[in-house]
Amino acid sequence: MQRPRNDRAWFLVLPVVGIVAFSALIPLMTVVNYSVQDTFGNNQFFWNGIGWYKELLDPTTDLGGRFFDALWRNLLFSFLALVIEVPLGIAVALAMPRSGWKVSATLVLMAMPLLIPWNVVGTIWQVFARPDIGMFGAAVNRLGVPYNYTQDPLSAWVTIVLMDVWHWTSLVALLAYAGLRSIPDAYYQAARIDGAKGFSIFRNIQLPKMKRVLLIAVLLRFMDSFMIYTEPFVVTGGGPGNSTTFISIDLVKTALGQFDLGKAAALSIVYNLIILAICWVFYTVMTRADARENG
Amino acid sequence: MNLDWMGWTWQTATFFAAIAATLLVMTVLAALRPETARPGMLGITTTRGDRLFLSLLSAAFIHLAWLGLVGDDLRPASAIAVLWAAILFRWA
Repeated sequence: MQRPRNDRAWFLVLPVVGIVAFSALIPLMTVVNYSVQDTFGNNQFFWNGIGWYKELLDPTTDLGGRFFDALWRNLLFSFLALVIEVPLGIAVALAMPRSGWKVSATLVLMAMPLLIPWNVVGTIWQVFARPDIGMFGAAVNRLGVPYNYTQDPLSAWVTIVLMDVWHWTSLVALLAYAGLRSIPDAYYQAARIDGAKGFSIFRNIQLPKMKRVLLIAVLLRFMDSFMIYTEPFVVTGGGPGNSTTFISIDLVKTALGQFDLGKAAALSIVYNLIILAICWVFYTVMTRADARENG
Repeated sequence: MNLDWMGWTWQTATFFAAIAATLLVMTVLAALRPETARPGMLGITTTRGDRLFLSLLSAAFIHLAWLGLVGDDLRPASAIAVLWAAILFRWA
């Protein structure tokens, strides 16, 4: 049992609530309003009740089929991003220098991809992976491996996953590096006295000490990869076919391409709820880990 | 102020009014009777606000699951959601 807290200081954040109301709450309310209606523009709305939601949750309809397909693609993409980027990031962090001028040089190099805007990353890879003039695409084709991200779904997926790994592994590496740097030398000295070597040092000292930053890394990478839009939009435009159409891409197609505001609104709400639920799980796991560590 | 673009309906207005009223009640309660975080059946410590958040979020998923798996009539889903919220507030 903890002591009751005086939470009255929260009233001081009211001005922020006002600002958030205009930037997020009012738009969100509008989306909820749209999701139960149909419109043909001109601010004329027709009541549709739970119709769009029903269609969205039924995989046999066009909207529902697209939603579930895109949802599985999103989950697969996030899974691949995490499975590749987290171990790779840790490996890179372990290999980074610990002292001297090399530290700054490595940090700057590592930070570079993080500073490039999403659409520029997309454009870089769109050119880099082109089978005719792109350095990567042409080289792979010359090696005899068929590769064309505009025609072959597997190539498109490889390109997008590689691009994400290139763009974001540095983030995991930098976070893991920060975790590694916070381990006092005494731990390593004690391990040496005990005769611990390579992997057991990693397993018993470095990994537990990196746990908190790694949780943050996993959370950040999951959220970002689950909301991915710009890079696949620039590189593949969701194709070939629908093979790289993620929920966000489908959402924009529905809302701005077809101007089906009702369907798009229902899709947004469900997408938002999924993200909210996953965020809550991650947040709870993180704060629990914190609480266990602190007391 | 012209709010036509927001596409209000009385149903959604009622929904948001209910949410706003709940938040207001929670705020007043928090000021008058400061809350206590306690461990519960979910294996985590929750405050009153946490339990409200969980109730609302699970209510949304209960309704969606009912609509997707069972049928159009959402009244049983609402009943389940209310029951679940009561369980959360009492034991979570």
